[in-house]
Amino acid sequence: MVKKRSIAQRLLAAPHILWSVLFIVAPLAIVVFYAFTDAAFHFSINNFTRLFDDGTFEVFTLSLAFAFCATCICLVIAYPLAYFISRANKKTQNTLVMLSMLPMWMNFLLRTYALSFLMEDTGVLNTILSAIGIDGVSLINTPGAVIFGMVYNFLPYMILPIHSVISKIDKNVIEAAEDLGCNRFQVILKVIMPLSLPGIVSGITMVFVPSVSTFYISQQLGPTDFVLIGDVIETYFKSAAASSYHLGSAISLVLMILIFICMAVMNRFSDDDSAGGIMV
Amino acid sequence: MSKKLLDLKNISVCFDDAVILKNINLYICDGEFVTLLGPSGCGKTTTLRIIGGFINPDTGDVLFDGKRINDIPSYKREINTIFQKYALFPHLNVYENIAFGLRLKKLPEKEIKNTVEEMLSLVNLKGFGKRNINSLSGGQQQRVAIARALAVRPRVLLLDEPLGALDLKLRKDMQNELKSIQQRLGITFIYVTHDQEEALSMSDTVVVMDNGEIQQIGTPLDIYNEPKNAFVADFIGESNILDGRMLEDYRCFFSGKEFKCLDTGFEKNEAVDVVVRPEDVDVVPAEEGMVCGTVTNLTFKGVHYEIIVDIGNFKWMIQTTDYHEVGSRIGLKIDPDAIHVMKKSEYSGKFGDYSTFSDEIEEMSINDEEQ
Repeated sequence: MVKKRSIAQRLLAAPHILWSVLFIVAPLAIVVFYAFTDAAFHFSINNFTRLFDDGTFEVFTLSLAFAFCATCICLVIAYPLAYFISRANKKTQNTLVMLSMLPMWMNFLLRTYALSFLMEDTGVLNTILSAIGIDGVSLINTPGAVIFGMVYNFLPYMILPIHSVISKIDKNVIEAAEDLGCNRFQVILKVIMPLSLPGIVSGITMVFVPSVSTFYISQQLGPTDFVLIGDVIETYFKSAAASSYHLGSAISLVLMILIFICMAVMNRFSDDDSAGGIMV
Repeated sequence: MSKKLLDLKNISVCFDDAVILKNINLYICDGEFVTLLGPSGCGKTTTLRIIGGFINPDTGDVLFDGKRINDIPSYKREINTIFQKYALFPHLNVYENIAFGLRLKKLPEKEIKNTVEEMLSLVNLKGFGKRNINSLSGGQQQRVAIARALAVRPRVLLLDEPLGALDLKLRKDMQNELKSIQQRLGITFIYVTHDQEEALSMSDTVVVMDNGEIQQIGTPLDIYNEPKNAFVADFIGESNILDGRMLEDYRCFFSGKEFKCLDTGFEKNEAVDVVVRPEDVDVVPAEEGMVCGTVTNLTFKGVHYEIIVDIGNFKWMIQTTDYHEVGSRIGLKIDPDAIHVMKKSEYSGKFGDYSTFSDEIEEMSINDEEQ
């Protein structure tokens, strides 16, 4: 349907368009511009070719692998949780959803900092562990801690979309499946799972994207020299060297494209009409 | 009719504090078309869900083929349901929806294909197998739901107001189709509806329910001609229900007059409810009438006029093909076979007076029910 818009309608859209141009299109254009130029602002693709020489490529792989792990763990934890929440009655559901959202009311950095405090060698967790006779476990400064941090921080983003999709599934459809011969397990496998796919895809997107580009978690919880791609970008943009903005932009651009490809693949699994992938 | 297939014995159900079903006793024979009829909230859907295995009764037994099945989950019962809103699987196409139950039985692919094709042609949807569920109209979705339930060859098919969402014309077509499918396959159908016309035209047996209790069980003809109480008489068709007395066998008294009737077996001078159907009354000139009154309202209904006649402050509804002006005096002739006498019940005096009657009010109350 092509409809001519009135001036009033255009005016209503104007703030949004202005916002988009100023804070989405323009920065993106600047990133692209920086990525394809050298320190003297001459066109160059050296920023990209360098990525393969200085080990950045390995950091990319590591970041993707970590994000993948965190996303998988989130899914495994969140799906059953979301399923059980959606089976409770309306009041309990609201409370449980609120409880699972509660950590998000606190600042992300604060949460991660608190986590590092808990997991310190002399922190609460280790104190408890040694009290029950498990000594010398190092929780913090391990790759595992980084993944734990990701899972802890992004789990609500997985629970929420899955819960919202499952709770909207028509109860009659579930009864129809039982009626036709599905036992409890088959109902989940053959009806609830396929019907909640859009929620899964959306949840994966919302966990994977921030996980892959995070930088604070790895610094706080990871081993001393441990870097993820987010840290690399941060370092470049904080550095004073003339070419650092250009390199940082190039990495950002590559990361963006990689995420885009991942999401495109993911969205193929979900229905075309159910707009699963919400980019964050 | 053949042997008992389903037997409900002393079934009672409460939700929270509300009593939904009070001591229901009902048996259903193999191959029978039974309709549970009643206003919303009467417990008919609950009864159906008990048979389907979605609700466990608080007390009482459900017997299937002589065996108690209270504790058998719905997926193990040879009973399938067609839900009010079809409840098709939105992630599967028409073919896969129908094949759903067959795949669970792990039948060979070839057999599944044959059955699905057979079902598609049974419900007149040949060639629709690849179609997406959401691209179908309401009537077509309903057919898929029927095919899906019948594909697994149930002994009993439960239908919960399956035609409620369809428009009038389509509903009539589907009524005929359902009836003919039932007769061809010889499967027991248990049908829930609040539409009395649907119930009368399709069923072998009608079970009229109200307030969680069975009011009457009988053939459509019995239910219409020999209603057991004022509720049944009012719910099925139109009725004038008058306060009367049974003088002795074959003689009753109402509207200040004595009438001959065909009813027997009452005490002398027992207080009774008398039912006279609007279409059974003959309109005659005032001086020839057994009772007479003034026409207060007249509505043209197509086949006939519906007139409201005030006789001794009781408003009768009469259906007649002749035009009678509002305000004119007319007489009524009531033959003995037009009179049906019922015992007094808790419903006496609640129904059958048309003094507050108007089409509008009735429509409003029907809408309320649907909400």
